Amino acid sequence: MVTNITNLGRSGLSDWLIQRVSAIILAVYAVFMVLYLLFHPGLDYATWSGLFSQTWMRIFSLLAFISIAAHAWVGLWTVSTDYLKQAGARFAFQAVVMLAIFVFLVWGVQVLWGA
Amino acid sequence: MNSKRPVNLDLTTIKFPLPALTSIAHRITGVILFVGLIFGFWALDASLSSPEGFEAVRDTLANNVLAKLIAWGLLSALGFHFVAGIKHLLMDAGIGVDLEGGHRKAQITVVISAILVVLAGVWVW
Ligand code: HEM
Repeated sequence: MVTNITNLGRSGLSDWLIQRVSAIILAVYAVFMVLYLLFHPGLDYATWSGLFSQTWMRIFSLLAFISIAAHAWVGLWTVSTDYLKQAGARFAFQAVVMLAIFVFLVWGVQVLWGA
Repeated sequence: MNSKRPVNLDLTTIKFPLPALTSIAHRITGVILFVGLIFGFWALDASLSSPEGFEAVRDTLANNVLAKLIAWGLLSALGFHFVAGIKHLLMDAGIGVDLEGGHRKAQITVVISAILVVLAGVWVW
């Protein structure tokens, strides 16, 4: 097994699994959000912020944000190794992705607990 | 891959079967969704920040054509990525992994996604 690679789980199988588990969590979260918005057509601020003040919703959301981070990293890592054959360009791309993911994560935590 | 064997990577002369097209579309929508996250986090942040922020997001989504287009585009990308992703997971589980199954599932993916894209448009407008 090849392990000297720069992917998230240090092995293709582990990345593959991370991608599936995070995909399922994201699927559940996406369906939940769409249904919630569909069933609350005249949504107001009180109801909306009330939802996000619940502990379970914050946990659920944080789980989704972490899943986005893992899912996007594994996914874009794969994309970058497929198309960017030049090490420097690939590294630069991955660095930007990593930074963006980090920003999204911190931003997400702040939105969830800062309100 | 420095071997001298002949390769044809001229994409314009390669015929893409439907499953190849849905596969690359899954990849493209994945990248779009990543870029689109910035709008999603912005909307979530603003809408939860204060009643005024909430109204601002609502107003933007209700009246700004560009915002509507972005919302529609992102919902469509999510719809396709979602359906193709589920298809992917089914095939990982060994369901429909043959030439016929692959074709049929690619067709089903396109049809369901197209419906979702239309529904997303109806929703946004
Ligand atoms: C914000 C949400 C999402 C983002 C930014 C995202 C992004 C990506 C990216 C960039 C890839 C890599 C594509 C490739 O390697 O060709 C990918 C793959 C994948 N996505 Fe998503 N995705 C999201 C949500 C979802 C959801 C909701 C599902 C639900 C089913 C899903 C299922 C998958 C699967 C199964 C793969 C693996 C494909 C493979 O192994 O080739 N994704 N995603």
